[in-house]
Amino acid sequence: MENQELIPHLFRTEYRKITAVLGKTFGLEHIEIAQDIASDTFLLASEMWAIKGAPDNPVAWLYTVARNKTLDYLRRDKLFKEKVSGQVVRSSPVGEEIDIDLSARNITDSQLQMMFAICHPSLPAESQIGLALNVLCGFGINEIASAFLTNKETINKRLYRAREKLRAGQVKMEFPDETEIELRLEAVLKTLYLLFNEGYYSAGKDVTLRKDVCIEAMWLTKMLTENPGTDRPAVNALLALMCFHASRFEARTNPQGETVLYQDQDDSLWDAALISRGECYLNRASVGQQLSRYHLEAAIGYWHTIKADTPEKWEHILQYYNQLLILEYSPIAALNRTYALAKARSKADAIREAEKLNLAENHLYHSLLGELYLGIDNVKALGYFNAALGLAKSRADRLLLVEKIKKVG
Amino acid sequence: MKDFMFVFRNDPSTLTDRSPEEMQASMQKWMDWIGGIAAQGKLIDRGNRLNPAGKVVKPLLAITDGPYIETKESVGGYTMVRAESLDEAAEMAKGCPILLFGGNVEVREIDRM
Repeated sequence: MENQELIPHLFRTEYRKITAVLGKTFGLEHIEIAQDIASDTFLLASEMWAIKGAPDNPVAWLYTVARNKTLDYLRRDKLFKEKVSGQVVRSSPVGEEIDIDLSARNITDSQLQMMFAICHPSLPAESQIGLALNVLCGFGINEIASAFLTNKETINKRLYRAREKLRAGQVKMEFPDETEIELRLEAVLKTLYLLFNEGYYSAGKDVTLRKDVCIEAMWLTKMLTENPGTDRPAVNALLALMCFHASRFEARTNPQGETVLYQDQDDSLWDAALISRGECYLNRASVGQQLSRYHLEAAIGYWHTIKADTPEKWEHILQYYNQLLILEYSPIAALNRTYALAKARSKADAIREAEKLNLAENHLYHSLLGELYLGIDNVKALGYFNAALGLAKSRADRLLLVEKIKKVG
Repeated sequence: MKDFMFVFRNDPSTLTDRSPEEMQASMQKWMDWIGGIAAQGKLIDRGNRLNPAGKVVKPLLAITDGPYIETKESVGGYTMVRAESLDEAAEMAKGCPILLFGGNVEVREIDRM
């Protein structure tokens, strides 16, 4: 691997490990210092490796530098050292002043504990996602702002408030105990689910960035499946669902960066390896008594990986959407359920049900009705597509609607 | 929005001689109906089915078998929904598949205690 590929690659895998271990060493209230040291380590790597070439063992190099930078920092800042020494010294062997434990075991534990801390129930969802992107995925403020379609100031403020809240709530980096884990894990899964969706459905133009967000969400979820304490059915279901969705990444945008709708996708571009990994996680999820929303969404995702439009496929999708809505209402599930109803039963049935949905402010509602009226009453269909166009915000959505309107008219 | 309860009544003896295919088809109709209510964000609680076996406790400690001693009809289950008015709730109940099998739905507003 060349340097220009090696460093971004290592940044993705090692930044969160270094940050997590140092965060654990200093305590969560000093998380920014941990992040700064991790960033500085990579800065030095890119400078040094550009001149001398990459070392034989780049990861070991990064850890050594991070360790030295930490010790320098503690030497320079006596006050900080005193604040954190309680924690650090306790974990150090006798005679040695300070040890930064970069063993595989501690790296894994620290990352998991960091995940639980960031997904603490005291933080609002958008702060959890922001922190996850920043601390666990190493995304800069610019990247997060563009993923959220907002400006740097908003993200800076959001992250600042989130860190303050963690400090004020004295949230610790620790593994929740057995009685708490189910509930805390639910919060973690929700954040990872939202993080993935942020990448998958965001209206942001930068396709590569959006894909990176999804890949990171999958990495973090995979980490949970690799730990016996968190390898639960719902976690596997969530990972299965992510695999099924991600399998269509190459097919869902054309070379111009425009959205290609599911039914128009070239299924030879679907990632078969990812689909079969999804199936494997779905099998692992199929134990125990609990049917989570991730199970249902993964099952819906599974049926979408089968291209052929059979009545059986849409009947399954419809019934899973019924169950999903019974479990938890969401506008997008309501709209998708109505689409599945059109496929499994008839467009007339779906129109009847669609008209009962109170979602007139949602452009997707009008797109759906337009789609349902196509071939039944094209004038009405056109009216709905135009209404959708009036409400759609993103360029990609508007492009799709303009295409549709052209085809009908 | 107000809260309502659907109370389902039917004659349990009509349900016993159904084939697995009929049961499956009936289940699908129920799911479509409840799913349609849930898709409007108006389902509070899908509720439960009630087992036909039961006892009715009356004054003077006389306990009789079966809640349906005077009539063949018994309460088969319940569901809770949200609606603007009793009329709207009753309109929602019109899609209930129990009506296709000789049963009925009683729609009652819930007065929260």
